[in-house]
Amino acid sequence: MFNIAISILTMGILGAFFAYGLSIAKNKFKVEEDPRIDQVEEVLPGANCGACGYPGCRALAEAIASGQVDANSCPVGGSETAQEIAQMLGVEIIETERQVVVLLCRGTETAAQRKAEYRGIRQCYAASLVQSGDKFCSYGCLGYGDCVDVCNFDALHIDKEGLPVVDREKCTACGLCVKACPKNLLELHPVSRKFFVFCMSLDNPKSSRKNCKNACTGCMICTKGAQNGEIVVENNLSLINNLDILENEEAMQWVGKCPTKAIGFLEENQN
Amino acid sequence: MELILLFISAAIINNFVLSYFLGICPFLGVSKKIDAAFSMGLAVIFVMSITSVISWLVNHLILIPFHLEILQYVVFILVIASLVQFVEMVIKKISPPLYRALGIFLPLITTNCAILGLALFISLREYSFIQGLVFGLGASVGFTLALVIMAGIREELETADIPESLKGAGITLIVAGILSLAFMGFAGLI
Repeated sequence: MFNIAISILTMGILGAFFAYGLSIAKNKFKVEEDPRIDQVEEVLPGANCGACGYPGCRALAEAIASGQVDANSCPVGGSETAQEIAQMLGVEIIETERQVVVLLCRGTETAAQRKAEYRGIRQCYAASLVQSGDKFCSYGCLGYGDCVDVCNFDALHIDKEGLPVVDREKCTACGLCVKACPKNLLELHPVSRKFFVFCMSLDNPKSSRKNCKNACTGCMICTKGAQNGEIVVENNLSLINNLDILENEEAMQWVGKCPTKAIGFLEENQN
Repeated sequence: MELILLFISAAIINNFVLSYFLGICPFLGVSKKIDAAFSMGLAVIFVMSITSVISWLVNHLILIPFHLEILQYVVFILVIASLVQFVEMVIKKISPPLYRALGIFLPLITTNCAILGLALFISLREYSFIQGLVFGLGASVGFTLALVIMAGIREELETADIPESLKGAGITLIVAGILSLAFMGFAGLI
């Protein structure tokens, strides 16, 4: 009994003694860190997603506080976070428009037929290694949802047509899905831009027409109104060079004549 | 004379890492660059020599008079953990780059069996206070020696043509084994 009591007492006293010593040492060897780092870190989303290029929110906060990068370097936090940080640090930021990811493919299950039954791992990356995927179109979306898997913000879903749909409210433009897509079909664009060519196929017109009903076949009809090269066709694919063409009504009528509707506005197929 | 022999014995002949296989984790983890290895060695020298002093004092002034030898393990770990915390604070204050280079291995000195082994050896072999201190110094110098030699070899290995399957941990363990064999050769020294 005596042993137990004295054991407890000894451990308690020793523990308290070392704790006291450490607390003195902590005060004496306190590292003066920039207090703004903590403040900035508090405002950042804290997802540690790495979209900014730093290993975590803490590292970005250090970089922002030391002035290495701008206050709006967090793509996830958006302009609100940027404003708050800028106010805190007393710096100006250039307002940048929020970006969202856009899928540049309309190869739905019905439009773009599959050439074979794929029974491997249900991943676009794995499927694309076998004969560039199981669709006739070697450029199109395979629909196995690698982008959905990497999204931390629940902004992507595969719809019943077999294509990923972007929730433009939830998308934070972190860019993880852009990297994940083996076909490079996802691109980041300002949220206000709705006019795109929804095809990435560089196949010749004949193959494109055969492979996918919604493909750009390079028929040049959309370029007819574009006098100043706002829209051109390169490598059998239409390319929008200049969004000024939206102002030109006559040119837009030609664009509207696209036989496969590969060029057009976002609202038509996505929210 | 006896103390010098004890020092050499602890540092070279009965090297903690290469003969007793204590503290292998930092031995393999922090031996990529000589600089970091040397700094790690200095941190271990500091922790080990103070541990040998404090653990001897605690053992002889508290544990033995109260017949509490059974608490040795717990108390020694408490001493080591506090010291490591202290060293961590000092290094963070003095040299942030070193703090980042040592990374997780600095707090891991806490669970480094070489240091607990040292405290237990001192109590087991019933060293006197001075003997314990010299033994601790010798052991930590030996640890640093092993770490720096290993780092030197591994820096050379960077450019060596190593079979694909042995790259990384494989060749490191082979080198550690050969190094250990070499240190066995010191056994006839005393």
